Amino acid sequence: MSQSTPTTAVDEFADHTKTPMQRVQSTLHKYPWVSPFVVLALLVVIFTVLGFVFDVGSLENFFKPGTVSLMLQQTVIVGTLAIAQTIIILTAGIDLSIGAILVFGQMVMANLAVYATASNVLPIAGQNPVLAVFIGILVATLAGALNGFLVVRFNLPPFIVTLGTLSIFTALTLILFKARTIQGKEMPEFMLLMNKDFQILGIGITLGLLVMIGLYILFAYVLRGTAWGTHVYAVGNDPAAAELSGINVKRVLFSVYVVAGVVIGIAAWITIGRTGSASPNVAPDINLETITAVVIGGTSLFGGRGRLFGTLIGTLIIVVLDFGLSLAGLDQAYRVLAIGILVIVAVAVDQWIRKVKV
Amino acid sequence: MTATTTAQPIVQGKSLNKSFGRVVGLADCNFELYPGEVCAVVGDNGAGKSTLIKCLSGALTPDSGEMFVGGSQVSFKSTNDARAHGVETVYQTLAVAPALDISENLYLGREERKKGILGTIFRSLDKKGMRKAATQSLNELGVLTVQNITQPVETLSGGQRQAVAVARAGAFGSQVVILDEPTAALGVNESGRVLQLIKDLRARGMSIILISHNMPQVFDVADRIHVQRLGRRAAVVTPQSHTMNDVVAIMTGAMTIPESEQQLGPVR
Repeated sequence: MSQSTPTTAVDEFADHTKTPMQRVQSTLHKYPWVSPFVVLALLVVIFTVLGFVFDVGSLENFFKPGTVSLMLQQTVIVGTLAIAQTIIILTAGIDLSIGAILVFGQMVMANLAVYATASNVLPIAGQNPVLAVFIGILVATLAGALNGFLVVRFNLPPFIVTLGTLSIFTALTLILFKARTIQGKEMPEFMLLMNKDFQILGIGITLGLLVMIGLYILFAYVLRGTAWGTHVYAVGNDPAAAELSGINVKRVLFSVYVVAGVVIGIAAWITIGRTGSASPNVAPDINLETITAVVIGGTSLFGGRGRLFGTLIGTLIIVVLDFGLSLAGLDQAYRVLAIGILVIVAVAVDQWIRKVKV
Repeated sequence: MTATTTAQPIVQGKSLNKSFGRVVGLADCNFELYPGEVCAVVGDNGAGKSTLIKCLSGALTPDSGEMFVGGSQVSFKSTNDARAHGVETVYQTLAVAPALDISENLYLGREERKKGILGTIFRSLDKKGMRKAATQSLNELGVLTVQNITQPVETLSGGQRQAVAVARAGAFGSQVVILDEPTAALGVNESGRVLQLIKDLRARGMSIILISHNMPQVFDVADRIHVQRLGRRAAVVTPQSHTMNDVVAIMTGAMTIPESEQQLGPVR
């Protein structure tokens, strides 16, 4: 009976006529990775034109297999860590301790693999590098769990919690492992497994790269295809609404930090392979780089908005800028300048997109 | 429907008490909702409306007293408990996730997985099935057309969002819907549509508790009006038996009504 009376319709969902700008806005609203994708494509086109038409610097090497291989390898560490950062930022959090946990995790792995036998600390781990890697990932997971526990149990802002654990894990690394770098040749082969590569069209593909791509596929599915993923978005959107909808917000938040810890642990193993050593001084700027990749990739710092695919593109933008500008013969400072501008533009675009009207 | 067949309340609260420190929210408060009716709850600020509704929806647990749903005693520890008993609540804040689409919002917190291995091992969501069912239940309510089910909720107007929230409450075989100030943030036209939606839900056999400050709206849709005052039920009247001024007088304590003149039983 209710359907037959036209007065029951609560507003028509009619397509209003939109200005071209509004059309762009609502497209970006629906597909937040479009703008980073356009930026990436533009960068590639610009560097190509500069290299082949105007012969700037040594940009003509941009597409050489060697360069592409290097760029891909450069992507792996930030790209993997950015997965963890994306999931956390989707809940309207932020993780400043990613770099510190990465370093701590890889120092645990390397030290267990090299010194455990000699010092009789967990001697089994020393004879078994697989176990050393496993324990390293476990330690990173526990570190993530600590972040999650502090955020959930004491209702502390993630910014403060991870600022604290950033210092804690940096200090623990120095106290426990005496800031000593362990070289790749000291370690069992297995520790460097992620650097094993094979060639496709002359481009070197490392195992680490494949693992990173695998993680992207896995988490893209988990975030968009499972209830947990929907809950991550909902919690980031409006935690009160999520709670009233019957979502256990605390459990979702805690699990997000634990999952991030697992990803950071895997990244630690990849980092040992990529850098050929385990050093406490690896990648000092890595926290900010992961946040940059996430933000450039179109994920909102305010939570609940964005796609993992965008983060991958964001990472690629950083790397392509890096290589393009240095091949063009420009100083490193220009790359930093460009990234800074991109970050601000990306956040401004996000603010604009969030004001979308139908 | 006759009074004799529906004499059993579908939701009942008996002598509910709830205090927050020294502040008394509910003091021996009684409440009844009968099947198929719209019962409005009105009262001044601090009269215990929200506390009563939160107890009935599971958001708060009363300090003492008994609650019954469909005749059997219940004790809600969370809103999920209430939901499991078919009591759904639409909050004033709407409790929707703005960036998620309509279908995702309808199923938020109770997503359905695919059948077979994809669902059990890979935990894959049955997005197609949920969209289809969501479209159907919204269509039944006359709320929207098919192609918009993947539209993010934040792109909807206030009335449309309210409709989505109401549809969510009515979509899962629930018997009781609690609406907390559903028209507070809406314009005149949109309010009218939401009131129509409430009447539609009633016509579909649902029982509705409506919390509102808006007397004309209450008198438009309610079958019975529960007036809350100082943490307890001051009176239950009907739009036919009393005027808006009477109700305001009861709310403020300027008027009391003997139980014999109240409408404590069902009217429909």
